[in-house]
Amino acid sequence: MKILVCISNVPDTTTKVKFIDDFKKLDITGIQWVINPWDELSLTRALELKDDTSNNIQSVTVAHVGLVGAEPTIRKALAIGADDAIRVNAEPADAWLVASQLANVLKGESYDLIFCGIESSDFNGSSVGGMLAELLNYPSVSSVSNVKLENGQAVITREIDGGKEIVTVPVPVVAIVQKGIAKEPRIAAMRGIMMARTKLLKVIEPVAVDSLTEVVNYEMPKPRAACKFVDPENPGQLVELLQNEAKII
Amino acid sequence: MSVLIFVENWDGKFKKLSFELVSYGAKVAEMLNTDAVALSVGQVEANELEKLGRYGAARILSAVNDNINVFDSQAFTSIIAGFAQQENAEVVLLSNNNTGKAIAPRLSVRLKAGLAAGVSKLPLSTNPFNVYKKVYSGNAFSNVIIKTDLKILTLAQNSYEVTETAGKSVVTQVTAEWNSATVKTRVTEVQKQTGKILLTDADVVVSGGRGMKSAENWGPIVELAELLGAATACSRPVSDEGWRPHEEHTGQTGKIIAPNLYFAIGISGATQHLAGVSSSKFIVAINTDKDAPIFSAAQYGIIGDAGKVLPKLVEAVRELKGK
Ligand SMILES: Cc1cc2nc3c(=O)[nH]c(=O)nc-3n(C[C@H](O)[C@H](O)[C@H](O)COP(=O)(O)OP(=O)(O)OC[C@H]3O[C@@H](n4cnc5c(N)ncnc54)[C@H](O)[C@@H]3O)c2cc1C
Repeated sequence: MKILVCISNVPDTTTKVKFIDDFKKLDITGIQWVINPWDELSLTRALELKDDTSNNIQSVTVAHVGLVGAEPTIRKALAIGADDAIRVNAEPADAWLVASQLANVLKGESYDLIFCGIESSDFNGSSVGGMLAELLNYPSVSSVSNVKLENGQAVITREIDGGKEIVTVPVPVVAIVQKGIAKEPRIAAMRGIMMARTKLLKVIEPVAVDSLTEVVNYEMPKPRAACKFVDPENPGQLVELLQNEAKII
Repeated sequence: MSVLIFVENWDGKFKKLSFELVSYGAKVAEMLNTDAVALSVGQVEANELEKLGRYGAARILSAVNDNINVFDSQAFTSIIAGFAQQENAEVVLLSNNNTGKAIAPRLSVRLKAGLAAGVSKLPLSTNPFNVYKKVYSGNAFSNVIIKTDLKILTLAQNSYEVTETAGKSVVTQVTAEWNSATVKTRVTEVQKQTGKILLTDADVVVSGGRGMKSAENWGPIVELAELLGAATACSRPVSDEGWRPHEEHTGQTGKIIAPNLYFAIGISGATQHLAGVSSSKFIVAINTDKDAPIFSAAQYGIIGDAGKVLPKLVEAVRELKGK
């Protein structure tokens, strides 16, 4: 079996984002780029599956659609333990474009289990995984919190309202993962970092695809009114404010 | 032309989220000078279906098939895509919940329609079709143009007022296509809690962080939640420690919620935590540290020890509720 983990390259989650060009472009000065948190957890789960030799996983590959600037993030995934990597050399303009490029790369390939994150922490689109599955005509399971392999099938736990459901799906399948898929992201060890330099990072030129959506501009959240403080000895005052001022309880 | 709204049901019932979705879809239909058509899949009683009309659905399609026994994203995509074509939809609207996230991207490919996920306002304009959604996990917002003729939108939960209209609607019974032989998802086990208010549905949420010190101290949080008819939540370290169940973890990597009122108790307000709760209409913070970032996100604050403040707060709420 072969596993593919799709990774997105995003600003560190503590970044205070700023924009330039009349709020049309992200100001990338000083931004630390990281693997999208869910993708990092997916990669961790993929490697756990591979570590268990009974699963018989030949390889874990990471795939990314983006320009050369994302290579440090890809190398980080290799350092964590992915066997090889693919980068499609295209600006990731929207989810449709990214999914189309990935689908094109995967056409002749035979990955059994494909991981995508439930969203990327930059555009919060929740789109690439489902789109990729539809383009490849593979089944997809979303809101996934665990993946196991049994008798050549994927046994997947997914979140439903108020609980969980365990489903089995034949491979190939796209698992769109959220919290719970792995406890902590795996960290690169020194040996992994050394080895990452020599692992294969294949660069593929994109196919011609137009984006279907376009960001016109960005806005900052409206500043919240200053916090009103209440005497800790008298929380009754808070209840009174919530009832009569905010009119919310 | 039409705006097709996929309205999910829970054991044959709709909830606030459904009415919010229909209210939004009806308004978009009005902007496009067309009708809002609600699509329900699965068995729902007539009086429940008729409720959708009160929020502006001009027509309601009730698609049923006794063989539907699992949520399979491919099969549901086929059903919705079929009705989108039949109804000549200009916009297909779903919720940005688990179900919507599973179907909308597949639908986008199937119908070759641009998708904007998690929109939280009415379109700024319909030509070009310009929608508003959060980006960078709530640290910014964006105006996005969908360039295709057919558009797919998912609506962020609790982002639009439920609005009743005087409209009347017609319910039509139709058949949902379902071929069990080709459905690939098979359910082997369901674990469901009943009787608890769902975190994602709750109007009020009482949440505790590491400042609560240990699992044993959760009593007053649970009590406060019960008094307010609220759901309980927590920060990530709290669920990592096992003080509270994982389903309660809110934030970037946990649940993203938008209640009317969020109590953050002993929570510092890290960016990743705020990413899940910053859409709350009101935030109340209780924290010993006057410089905790949570106070910049909160409208009301108490600087103090939760262990001392909470019992008094519970008493004050109990008095208010007369219990
Ligand atoms: C990729 C990534 C994703 C993450 N995702 C999430 C996420 O989804 N959700 C999330 O919550 N975190 C997330 N985190 C973690 C986040 O960065 C913070 O570490 C976390 O939110 C802190 O939780 P906390 O506020 O409960 O604890 P702390 O930061 O330790 O804060 C505890 C607070 O309690 C106060 N306090 C202490 N004693 C008392 C008392 N007696 N009474 C009142 N107040 C008291 C302190 O002043 C402090 O402000 C993520 C981190 C990363 C790197």
